[in-house]
Amino acid sequence: MEYLKKYPKLFQWLFLLIVFFALCFAIDVPETYKFIRGQAEFVKDPNQSVYFFLGKEVRYYAFDVFWRLPPLLGWLPIWINDSLFFLMNEWMPMEFWNEDTQEFKTRPLLLEISRNLTSFMTFLIELIREILLGGLETIVAFTSWDFIDAYPWLELPGLPWTIVAAGAAILSYKLSGKGLALFAGLTMIYISIFGQWKPSMQTLSFILVAAPLSFIFGLGLGIAAYKSKRVEKALYPILLVMQTMPQYAVLVPALVLFGVGDHAAVIITMVVAVPPMILLTILGLRAIPPEVIEAGRMSGCTNWQLMFKVLIPTARRDILIGVNQVIMVCFSMAVISAFIGAKGLGFNLLLALNQLNIGLALEAGLCISLIAILLDKMSLAWANKQTDYFGNLTFFQRNKNVIFFAASFVIGIILAYVGTFIFKGSFNYLFEIPHNKGISTADFWNKGVDWIFDTFFVYIKAFNTWLIQDVLQPMRALYLRMPAVATLVLAVGAGYLIGGFRSALVVAALTLFIALSPWWDRALVTLYMATFGVVISCLIGFTVGTLCFQNKKSAAFMLGVCDIFQTFPSFVYLIPVMMLFGITDTSVLIAVIVYATIPATRYTIEGLRSVPVGLHEAATMSGVNKFQRLTKIEFPLAFPHMMLGLNQTIVFALFMVIIGAFIGTEDLGQYILKALSDKNGAGIGLTLGICVAFIGLIFDNLIRTWVGKRKKHLGIA
Amino acid sequence: MSETVIKCESVYKIFGENAKKMLEESNGNVDAKTFQERGCIVGVNNASFEVAKGEMLVVMGLSGSGKSTLLRCISRLTDATGGKIFIEGQDLLELNNKELIELRRNKMGMVFQSFALLPHKTVVENIAFPLQIKGTNTEESISRAMEMVKLVGLDGRENYFPRELSGGQQQRVGIARSLAVEPDIWFLDEPFSALDPLIRKEMQDEFLRLQEKLQKTIMFITHDFDEALKLADRIAIMKDGIIEQLDTPANIVLNPATEYVRKFTEEVPREKVLIIEDVMDASSKDNLGDLKVSKDEIIENVAEKILTQEKLVGVIDSNNNIVGSIKPSKIIDTVFGGRKNGS
Ligand SMILES: Nc1ncnc2c1ncn2[C@@H]1O[C@H](COP(=O)(O)OP(=O)(O)OP(=O)(O)O)[C@@H](O)[C@H]1O
Ligand SMILES: [Mg+2]
Repeated sequence: MEYLKKYPKLFQWLFLLIVFFALCFAIDVPETYKFIRGQAEFVKDPNQSVYFFLGKEVRYYAFDVFWRLPPLLGWLPIWINDSLFFLMNEWMPMEFWNEDTQEFKTRPLLLEISRNLTSFMTFLIELIREILLGGLETIVAFTSWDFIDAYPWLELPGLPWTIVAAGAAILSYKLSGKGLALFAGLTMIYISIFGQWKPSMQTLSFILVAAPLSFIFGLGLGIAAYKSKRVEKALYPILLVMQTMPQYAVLVPALVLFGVGDHAAVIITMVVAVPPMILLTILGLRAIPPEVIEAGRMSGCTNWQLMFKVLIPTARRDILIGVNQVIMVCFSMAVISAFIGAKGLGFNLLLALNQLNIGLALEAGLCISLIAILLDKMSLAWANKQTDYFGNLTFFQRNKNVIFFAASFVIGIILAYVGTFIFKGSFNYLFEIPHNKGISTADFWNKGVDWIFDTFFVYIKAFNTWLIQDVLQPMRALYLRMPAVATLVLAVGAGYLIGGFRSALVVAALTLFIALSPWWDRALVTLYMATFGVVISCLIGFTVGTLCFQNKKSAAFMLGVCDIFQTFPSFVYLIPVMMLFGITDTSVLIAVIVYATIPATRYTIEGLRSVPVGLHEAATMSGVNKFQRLTKIEFPLAFPHMMLGLNQTIVFALFMVIIGAFIGTEDLGQYILKALSDKNGAGIGLTLGICVAFIGLIFDNLIRTWVGKRKKHLGIA
Repeated sequence: MSETVIKCESVYKIFGENAKKMLEESNGNVDAKTFQERGCIVGVNNASFEVAKGEMLVVMGLSGSGKSTLLRCISRLTDATGGKIFIEGQDLLELNNKELIELRRNKMGMVFQSFALLPHKTVVENIAFPLQIKGTNTEESISRAMEMVKLVGLDGRENYFPRELSGGQQQRVGIARSLAVEPDIWFLDEPFSALDPLIRKEMQDEFLRLQEKLQKTIMFITHDFDEALKLADRIAIMKDGIIEQLDTPANIVLNPATEYVRKFTEEVPREKVLIIEDVMDASSKDNLGDLKVSKDEIIENVAEKILTQEKLVGVIDSNNNIVGSIKPSKIIDTVFGGRKNGS
């Protein structure tokens, strides 16, 4: 009884667990239950139940409602699909002037918008691509094919790679200094020599279109949200869902609305890249000291002047950090968009992985990683760069970077011209090294992989079998064994105990959505893989973080490593694991673990670091030894921040599990992959994405609420 | 008295959701406690006063007493919840956005407690900012800003960024910026409180020198009574949003209107506040010694001279007419006796 009074929460939790397990044991597995591998609506089975809603037929296997809830939301994906189809093909037909046939034609509004948007995007991408690589589509767009035939010299020649490399180095120098300039130059040379120039420039042109557009939209919406509470309230739930929605899942609806290709990828990339920009814009504007704003007002600024002359310049750093985020998201989308036919590095990577050519994949992956690091470092340097005063410099000092670039431009062109004589008949290596004509180490890597397989095959296989048979299968079975009602009770109970009625309600709504969708089983499998990954990641991250924290240098080093790894698009992580473990669940899980360990480690170190130094000293003075200090002072204080790390770890793990579908898993991701090639896939893809986002949001809500309360309790809010 | 520049009539500022409604219901009798219980914070409570042209009104009070809020209402950085504010006879709350901007661009200048400089602009650009906002062309605004730089003694640093300046230097930039448009009305919110005592004194002297030259209408907030005495024509003392007393420094010290003001002024050295006229004996003008002092002299400045005298000291006005006398012992009484009585 005394304990009950002392630890009331503990007993509440115990009670919740008892109820949960009691429900688990009380509800039997129905005899007919089995994990359904196919998609219910495509399997016509007399045992299925059917219902109609909004004119949509939903087929499903009915079980006791305690065991699995019926998919009452089963109509949703179909309905989304049909609605999209209707909007695209039938809604609001209007007369549009057609250039080609020179007459008015009736077309649905949305289709016309989508077409115009598509051609606009395509034009932008082509324009930049042709500046970098050469081509004649842009000229043709303004004239005609006949015109080009008449004047063939009009074709854009493209920039020699030497100029682009010099440009990158000079820009890096201006933003940061010699170190970054060297890195930029070497990266460019590497890309060129290894024959990745063309795909890299294709990816780059993609980013050069997507990132500025995302920036403008993000900034605009961010400002709107800052100015109006109502806009902010409307945006907030969308932002929240987009933060936890796997990027992969939004590809599917893009496919339906805009078709296959770069333009669709750009548009959908904006959907993903705009939310972080909005968030950081709001954050930056909110952080401006109120007196600075008042000073602006007292200077007699109009609202417009206040925004552009006071607020935005003052929030410059946060806004530029937003730009950094935008660029990184765009890059990672550029890679993933290969699934809907975007050209570039991602496409090569996907191709190589599909052919199981690990060597080629590795080269493309390395290239992607290098560019990612470069883009990240450059944009961060931009954000952290402080404005300098130029007024007292000479013309040369002020414009030396421009002058240097102009010089390299001329030299590059001369070199390329000279190259035409040196490399007569073969490729002009000083102009552009074509794909697959550079040095390739693919064979070496492939041989290495073969060697690893030959030598360690027995061990890898044994490990694989052990993991799958003795750990993963039982775990998966356990997860699937949970009756839906028991899971709901557990989730809602946890919500109530952590955040009271409100949290319970939110969690209940999110969980119910998933439970009532047709993919509850798949969600459980997703969850099981994510849980496995998260647990191991946390163990590793926590240990590594704590160890590294013992020494300032190692802590800084580890944070640097985390920074670098975090910039890699998640897709890249699949390469090395496929190399070692082939196409199995083990591969996916290892990728998940590697990827999700990053935030776990980072937040551990950051959390421990944030413990005030004064407390350390006070503790040391009172004769506490290092271990006691760690367990008694640092961990309790750092724990809330570490829990935020857990939150991130879960999101990262979910993303990777979903991408892992590419290797072949049986979770929600697999359906997303399938939806990509399904003409009715849009609704399914979107709903699946929302399901995954909701899984993330359930944990997000619980953890954040807990952390908020805990921080308040510790007085470190 | 010369013309009124700032005039407040029962100004209220109450923070909170239903502030306006609650104020109406209370019929002007605002009690901070009951409002707080209902989730509203009273910033300014029934403030009525006038500031004349060329006058310097110093506002004092403890932290959170509503000084900044009062200033913000008068500059309309926040809208007052109730009451009327007139600037040169114009109803401030009636102004539309455009008129307000015009007013701020031409009439008002403000110095902020925390400097509030724009981090992306250099010293001279910061100072030129209000001019450029007004639409003055670059060359003219920069040359005018350079004058201001010289005025506050920052020449040589005009191309520094705020991050490269010390607190005192930043505040000078703030002062220069607020003066750039040559405002008639000058608001200063604890402009010197972030400075060390030496620089503070220097700045105060500079400020007085400036005011002598510019003769602006000023509202000045400070925590420091010495500072207030040094600068003020009149002092307003605030508590929980209420102006407890608004009077000349001498009257506030000699005749505190409320218990709070008495406590507040208790530790104030009288010799710094009172002038000879306040303590002289106007009836006896005979048997005077050689020393004559002006009736407007602050006691502290002449105490030493008077104390060395044995005879009565004559008091003269600005036309050198004798208007009274003062005994050396009277000085001792005022300096030490007054405080003994007070405590
Ligand atoms: N924007 C606001 N919202 C709610 N309450 C406010 C706001 N601004 C000020 N207050 C409250 O109004 C009261 C007066 O604040 P004000 O800033 O005017 O005090 P102050 O006298 O300037 O204090 P200080 O000397 O510390 O600057 C305080 O209780 C404060 O909490
Ligand atoms: Mg204040």
